[in-house]
Amino acid sequence: MKAGIWRDLGLKDSEYEMIVALLGREPNFVELGMYSVMWSEHCSYKNSREVLRSFPTKGERVLQGPGENAGIVAIGDGLAVCFKIESHNHPSAIEPYQGAATGVGGIIRDIFTMGARPIALLNSLRFGPLSDLRVRYTMGGVVAGIAGYGNCIGIPTVGGEVYFDRCYQGNPLVNAMCVGLLEVDKIKRGRAAGVGNAVILVGARTGRDGIHGVTFASEELTAASEEKRPAVQVGDPFMEKLLLEACLELIDNNDLVGIQDLGGAGLTCAASEMASRAGTGMEIELDQVPRRETGMSAYEIMLSESQERMLLVVEPAKEERVHSVFRRWGLDATTIGYVTADGTLRVRFGGEVVAEVPARSLAEDAPSYCPEYREPAYRQAALQLDLSGVPDVTDPAAALGALLASPNIASKEWVWRQYDHMVRTCTVVLPGSDAAVLRLRGTGKGLAMTCDCNSRYAYLDPYTGGKIAVAEAARNLVCSGAEPLAVTDCLNFGNPEKPEIFWQFREVVAGMSEACRALGTPVTGGNVSFYNETNGEAVYPTPTVGMVGLLDDIELRCTQDFKETGDLIVLLGETLPELGGSEYLAVLHNQVCGHPPGLDLEKELALQKTVLAAIRRGLIASAHDLSEGGLAVALAESCFGKCLGASITVSSSGLRMDQLLFGESQSRVLLSLPEGNLAALRALAAANALPLQVLGRVGGERLQITVDSRLLVDLPVTVLREKWQEAIACHMK
Amino acid sequence: MKFGVVVFPGSNCDLDAYHVIRDVLKKPVEYLWHQEESVSGFDCLVLPGGFSYGDYLRCGAIARFSPVMSAVVEMASRGGLVLGICNGFQILLEAGLLPGALYRNTSLQFRCQFTHLVTENRSTPFTGLLEPGRVLKIPIAHGEGNYCVDPETLRDMQERGQIVFRYATPEGETTPEANPNGSMWNIAGVCNERKNVLGLMPHPERAGEAALGSTDGLVIFQSIIRHWEDSR
Repeated sequence: MKAGIWRDLGLKDSEYEMIVALLGREPNFVELGMYSVMWSEHCSYKNSREVLRSFPTKGERVLQGPGENAGIVAIGDGLAVCFKIESHNHPSAIEPYQGAATGVGGIIRDIFTMGARPIALLNSLRFGPLSDLRVRYTMGGVVAGIAGYGNCIGIPTVGGEVYFDRCYQGNPLVNAMCVGLLEVDKIKRGRAAGVGNAVILVGARTGRDGIHGVTFASEELTAASEEKRPAVQVGDPFMEKLLLEACLELIDNNDLVGIQDLGGAGLTCAASEMASRAGTGMEIELDQVPRRETGMSAYEIMLSESQERMLLVVEPAKEERVHSVFRRWGLDATTIGYVTADGTLRVRFGGEVVAEVPARSLAEDAPSYCPEYREPAYRQAALQLDLSGVPDVTDPAAALGALLASPNIASKEWVWRQYDHMVRTCTVVLPGSDAAVLRLRGTGKGLAMTCDCNSRYAYLDPYTGGKIAVAEAARNLVCSGAEPLAVTDCLNFGNPEKPEIFWQFREVVAGMSEACRALGTPVTGGNVSFYNETNGEAVYPTPTVGMVGLLDDIELRCTQDFKETGDLIVLLGETLPELGGSEYLAVLHNQVCGHPPGLDLEKELALQKTVLAAIRRGLIASAHDLSEGGLAVALAESCFGKCLGASITVSSSGLRMDQLLFGESQSRVLLSLPEGNLAALRALAAANALPLQVLGRVGGERLQITVDSRLLVDLPVTVLREKWQEAIACHMK
Repeated sequence: MKFGVVVFPGSNCDLDAYHVIRDVLKKPVEYLWHQEESVSGFDCLVLPGGFSYGDYLRCGAIARFSPVMSAVVEMASRGGLVLGICNGFQILLEAGLLPGALYRNTSLQFRCQFTHLVTENRSTPFTGLLEPGRVLKIPIAHGEGNYCVDPETLRDMQERGQIVFRYATPEGETTPEANPNGSMWNIAGVCNERKNVLGLMPHPERAGEAALGSTDGLVIFQSIIRHWEDSR
């Protein structure tokens, strides 16, 4: 072998030496390729594994934690919810439509692989400023790609988030989440158990697309990345729809021993992980693999990331039945090998053994690193915020208008109207509220789901930012009337080999872990995406939190819209003198600095308990979490749904006007309720030692905010709503 | 009365149509696999929404060659009731059971949103129970719903009462703003000359329960049931 060739494949010299030691000989080129993809950060988590151990992963309801294709949580009635989030950032940067589409395809396969029927998709998207033409092209393509795949396969895209910041200009983030539903006794796992069982490859033919996709995902983006376009795969949602239906039919009939999708690192990953989990080996005949083109080498077949393929392990007695089901769905299924006892992944091609390595060594024996870490130099300066140099807001009405038109706050309807969010007729809270809610047919229950992260907070203070991401997701679920169950996370960071980046990573994970423990929401799986850098500049640390919650009674769901004229408007929680890291500072003063708002997890828990209890007792007409833009923006957003006005009066009690109206203090929720329910709400709040202020009433056609008896905002709701509704659509014209 | 919901590879609103008929309207309903060659025993066939064969070619262009389609055409020619929703409408056009064609939306984007519909012809088997002037709130979800037909045929269709539904404002005005996809004359749904085959882009099966935001889709199914009962 040519000296140093492993470096071109992304392996370090020390890793090559480990492979030689493991095998007791030099690997051949096919084997080297297999190790290079399996030991990439994307597949092996070699830089992050140790840190991720600090996540709480267990809980009464958790049926499957991290380590499988997706996590599973019990929800009663013999049912369970299966969900996971995953990044497709680099492919989307290079080829927005296909990059995003195949991200959706991949996460859907992770869900039905576990035996679950996918019922909903969400996504978390981050782009550069919309003033940039390339950003608009990227965003248009990403949204169309998500729509193209999800709409065609018939799984509703029900929620998510979209943010804009200069740090994502060259490296957008595209995180896709899928939620599935299954019966507890039908859980499937990616295990190649049972020596002699058949190994069947089904779905699309194998082509030369996506070779080394995972290696590509594990390096920074540069000007040369455009040349990596062949590493981006092309999606076929129709094929996946057929695969989904056929596989679920087989799982339902208990015809499969094990099943896993072919995603990153293709056949190499599926074969080695399935064998490794079961403690078995596998023998594969590559001549049997249906190919798209002639002349493909063993290396290419083993590393291809062609989409819409699954690997199944089937008892010989059921093999013919399995083939007949696939024939009915018009799918190519081929037995390509069998399970062995010796723990070896043996690959034959053209009559020769082209690879022969311990399956476990590929899947489990990648080195684990503890990269160096160091607090970044930017941070101390960025945390400084001298408010004496920032004049207080003089025209709150204009500031509110500017915030509502900021793409980070503005309506995302331009995005979600392109997604079929209604198919399967279970979406009972449509996109645009704090969380989407789906009914579970036949149970009277519902699931709420959301994706959240404020990466500006995580940039300024990664520990607090990580905590807030978890707390905000849980708060959003609670505002919809759901009890938060568990977390899937997508951790998007820069290059972990830089000590400053790894410091951010450690801090974020520590903060998230603390919040997950306090809120009782374990992490059941997720994805780490490093190397999100363009020409050496990293994105903000972006720990996207996907969370799912349970509504015991779907009739007791709640949305953020004010419902009835005359209802009281109430603020739960406390507004503190905080302005750091706010959308207000960024939009009105062009500053990203200061300490992000603090988060006291005990107070957060008290808030969530109170809101959930109040909704479950039917006291509440609307509930809305206060986040970017603070009180004034939350108030305006609650007016928009039914175009109902509101009139509130607050006292500044020592706060600056900008802190009072636009500060982003955590653990606050805006409620509306019939006056007759106030006493009961007060009692609940008092029992949880939670501050409660009655601010005013719903009604009229204007939003009126009076502070210390000065009427500061007095605008028609329609005027505000237009700014909010049209902002993104105007940019994208 | 028995409904059949035809399932093509890539259909994805089959479940929703099945659900609304069985669980909301409490009527017998069965799925019909696209390879079935007979549709005997069914009183109304629903061709559901979705992306048959991925719609990689013209929408519905491949599905119309499915074995079941000869039986559908035959049933229609005997006066049997056929309802095509969204992709099902596209398939009926490709099969020649309805006039016209569907282009891409003028926005060139997929659109999923509630629309409002006025009814031009209340004397079809699908609209018999509609009160005069009633505006229906029913969602759309499509990328290619921009209805087009040559002017002469349009005039004939208007005269014969083949234009069934048009996009309108919540107040019932058929304005350009109320048109979500650029359809000629705000057309949302049309029927054949004999009035026993209806195709429409909006999804009545998605407007069958209050929890989903509207129950206005039910009246279409109820009209079908009433028509069938009356014709016995």
